[in-house]
Parts: sequence; C-alpha cells; structure tokens
Amino acid sequence: MPIAGWVIIGIVVVLLLFFAGTYNSLVRLRNQVKNAWAQIDVQLKRRHDLIPNLVETVKGYAAHERGTLEAVTNARNLAQGAIGKGVGAQSKAEADLSGALSKLLAVVENYPDLKANQNFLALQEELTSTENKISFSRQFYNDSVLGYNNKTQMFPSNIIASITRFQAGEFFEVEAPAEREVPKVSFT
Amino acid sequence: MWQQIRSNEIRSAVLVAGMLMLLLLIGYFLGLAFLDNGIGGLIIALVVWAIMNMVAFFQGDNILLALSKARKIERDDHPRLYNIVEEMRIASGLEKMPDIYIIDDPALNAFATGRDPKRASVAITSGLLQKLNRDELQGVIGHELAHIKNRDVLLMSLCSILLGTIVILAYYATYMLFFSSMTGGRRSSSGGGGGGAQVIILIIGIVLMILAPILARLIYFAISRKREYLADASSALYTRYPEGLASALEKLGGSTAELKSANKATAPMYIINPFRRKGKPATDLSSTHPPISERTRILRSMAGGVSLADYDSAYRQVHKGSGGVITPAAVASAGAVGLRAAGPEAAPIEPEPSKLERTREVSDLMWRKSNYRTINCDCGTKLKVPPNLKKVNVKCPHCGRIHPL
Repeated sequence: MPIAGWVIIGIVVVLLLFFAGTYNSLVRLRNQVKNAWAQIDVQLKRRHDLIPNLVETVKGYAAHERGTLEAVTNARNLAQGAIGKGVGAQSKAEADLSGALSKLLAVVENYPDLKANQNFLALQEELTSTENKISFSRQFYNDSVLGYNNKTQMFPSNIIASITRFQAGEFFEVEAPAEREVPKVSFT
Repeated sequence: MWQQIRSNEIRSAVLVAGMLMLLLLIGYFLGLAFLDNGIGGLIIALVVWAIMNMVAFFQGDNILLALSKARKIERDDHPRLYNIVEEMRIASGLEKMPDIYIIDDPALNAFATGRDPKRASVAITSGLLQKLNRDELQGVIGHELAHIKNRDVLLMSLCSILLGTIVILAYYATYMLFFSSMTGGRRSSSGGGGGGAQVIILIIGIVLMILAPILARLIYFAISRKREYLADASSALYTRYPEGLASALEKLGGSTAELKSANKATAPMYIINPFRRKGKPATDLSSTHPPISERTRILRSMAGGVSLADYDSAYRQVHKGSGGVITPAAVASAGAVGLRAAGPEAAPIEPEPSKLERTREVSDLMWRKSNYRTINCDCGTKLKVPPNLKKVNVKCPHCGRIHPL
C-alpha cells in the first residue's frame, strides 16, 4: 500500500478515537449533571418532610402566629406540587418556601420557651443542615452544568456535541438577592 | 476542577515513578553486592514492596484507625458533625458517605483514610469537635473530603510504602556492608578478574544507600505539601468560605497539645503535622505540611472568589515570584466562583451551641462511646457509671439519693 493510504488510515483512526473519547466524556458529564439534580431533589424532599413537624412544634408554643404558619404550609404544598415541572418552576417555588421559612424562624425569636425546647432545637439543626445541603447540592449541580456546558460549547468538542445532539444544561437559579452580586474579577 | 485532579495525577505519577526507580536501583545494587546477581536483588525489592502494598491496600485504613484508637460514630451520636460531613460530601460530589471516627484526645487534628472514594473514613479528635464552630469544622471536613476526592490517601500511602521500603532496604544494606567488610567475608566474584569492577559497584552501592533514603524523603515531602495546598484550595471551593478553614487552621496551630496516638508513619495523613515544633518556621524541604501561617495567609488573600484559580493567584501573591500550585489547564477551565457570607445563606438563625455546650456534648459522647451509663439524678447531677461496675446501687455524690443500676 502506498504511504498516502497509511496516512489516510492513520488520520481516520485518530479521528475515530477522538470522537469516541469526546462522546464518552460528554455522556459522563451529562450523567453527572443528572445525578447532581437528583441530589438536590433528595434534599428538597427532606425539607418538605421536616416542615409539618416544625409547624406542629411551633404551633404548641406560638399558636397565634397562624398567618406565618399557614404561609409556610402553603409554600410547602406549592413546592411539592412543582416537583417535576422543570428546573425553572421548581427553583421558583423552593425560593418562595425558603422565604416563608426564614420569616417563621425570625418570628420564633420572640418565644424563648420554644427556643429552649430540645425537640425544636433538634428540628432546627436538621432544618439548617438541610438548607445547607440544598445550597451545596445546588452548588455542585451548577458546577456540573458549567463543566458540561463548557464541553458542549467549546471547540472542538462542540462539533461532536451538535452532531450527537447534546443540549446545554439549565442552571439552578439563585434565590437570595445577596447572591446575585456579580463576582468580582481582578486583573493582576 | 476535575481536570486539575487528572493533571495532578500525571505529575504525581512521574514522582512516584521516580521513587520506584530509586527502589529498583537499590534492589539491583544490593543484589550485585550480596548475591552477585542484580536481577535477584531487584526481584526481592519488588516482592517486599508488593507485599507491603497489598497489606496497605486491603487493611491500611483499618490499621491506621486502630493505631490512632479511633471510634466510629453514627448519626445519632453527634447529629451536627454527621450533618457537616454530609454537607461536605454533597458539596464535593462524593457518592458515598464516608464513615466518621472520633479520637478521644484533646489535641486538635483530623485525618482522612481509605483507598478510594467508595471506602473512605474521616477521623477527628474530640478536642477539635469541642473547639471549632460550625464554619471552621466545615472547612476542616472539606479539606479531609478533598483528600478523599483527589485520591490523595491512595497516593500518599503508595508513596509512604515506597519510602518505607527504600529506608528499610538501605538500612539493612549499610548494616550488612559494614558487617561483611569487618569480618572480611566478602564473596569473590564468579567472573574472576573483576576486582576493580567490584570496588566500583561497592562505592556506587554505598553512595546509593546514603542518598536514596534522603532523595526519596524529599520527593515524598514535595508530593505531600502539594496535596495539602490542593486540599486547602478544594475545601475553599466546596465551602465557598475560605475564612472557615483559615480560622480553624489558626486554632489548630495555636494549640500546644500533642496527639498521643500519632507516629511518624501516619503524620502526613493529618490536616496539620502532629510533630511540628513551636517556633520552627518549617518552610524547609523536610516537612510534610506547609507552615500553617502560610496556609492561612493564602486562604485569607482569596479576596476575589473561591475558585481554584483564585487560590492559585493568592498563592502566587504570598510566594512572590514563584509558580502557582494549580496547573494552568485547571485554572483556565474553572469559571468565576463567588464567596458566600458567613453562616449558611438560607438559614436566618444558626443553632450554634456555645463553647460550654459543645464541651458537654463531646464529653457525653465520649462517655457513651466508652459504654458508660448515664443516670440523671433529680438534683440535676449526671452520674456516669462505668460498664464493669459490680454494685447494685450508686449514690449521688451531691444529694445522696440512691439509684438502682
């Protein structure tokens, strides 16, 4: 076989290897995004499960905070209804729930007896930690989406991503206004 | 992030290969000097190394945990610690929850172990659990989980075994060299007429015996220090709050209590060097950990954000004129990542127990883990009853009430 033939075969093999490698890493990243999303769901569900307990405990000490308690219960039900309706709808409902919860926990400050209750303290630790876990799983989800999107949009892997129809992932939106601040960039 | 791990793996692999070469060289010259057969010595060195590796791979974490007298705890033993570890597991993207161990020791330290992310444990001292607040504990746990995530545990045990084998071989070889030259019982070379060659081999052998352990140790320390920086950077990225780890490190550095159960072999596993001496700057090459003051300074200079790139530029700022610790590829691939405010963002009030409450919590936990029974007396005293007490009743030392056991 002439040398040109070998060269062509070589180029084809290299291209195939590159294609397979890029395709596999795209699949891996997409699975990581899916898995990260499932992690958020686990924590959101945990929060939904904790809330009835919390509402009951607070009711025992602060029954006339009915408005605040109802707002939390409603927000929880709405958030539970939003499950499976897409990233955008779900993050909106969960943000509302977070708002209602923080109002409730602010109200609790006025009830020293409640704050000394062991059951409430344990619940509060669980709730705080669940909030942390939600934000950490969201953080990991967004990091995963960033990595995946970079791969689908950057040259040369974007060619393979568009041939094999890999679509960009959706970020979980920020909820607190303080978080919306643009990250500072320093040029040194 | 993930690219960083991979390019680090390549660099570490080169260093490990360097150590392996040293081991093979030692084995070869040992074989030449004592067996008249270089390959034989080489094979012996490899077999010794392989056996030690097997033990470490299958039982290393259990041995380490047993040596440091660590006790496993469950979720109910200390919900806050469990929650913090779980938070960091989620932030780091580890799939499996690591086992949590407590070492009953007032010294402040922590380590991670386990050959891969699926079989991993973190151990912290009871002193640490007492002294650190939630943010600080989060930073420390983040650092330990980063060691697991970056597979540092596997790498470091691989290296320490290589180092150990080299040291042992060199030690016995020098011993044997002295012994055989003193009695004059040196085997003659079968080739005959190789007196000159024999002497040269002997000289190379002696030089190697002296240099190899030193060289291996330097490589080992270099790898270890690099991994510490990377774990600090990852912890800042996971927690989005470098101040937590910085202030924890400060507390760790300020404590003078020495960890009783640590030894030289397990030292690199801990978050700070358990054998550091006060007043020694330890910036030299003979240290497993970078100096604490430098680590906190880097973490506190991360003004712009918490990505690996931000850590890298903070590192460059602290070490004027030197190259960074994070590879350029990883710096380019990471996006901008902002800091978060102190405390968890969504929770308006932090159920942070006071120092006294933390101390009580931890001591109760340690009593429980030693199988002591607790009896609450009506006068408010908590009686701790040892597990092997033969009596039927105990008397409260404060009010004299009798409690049945």
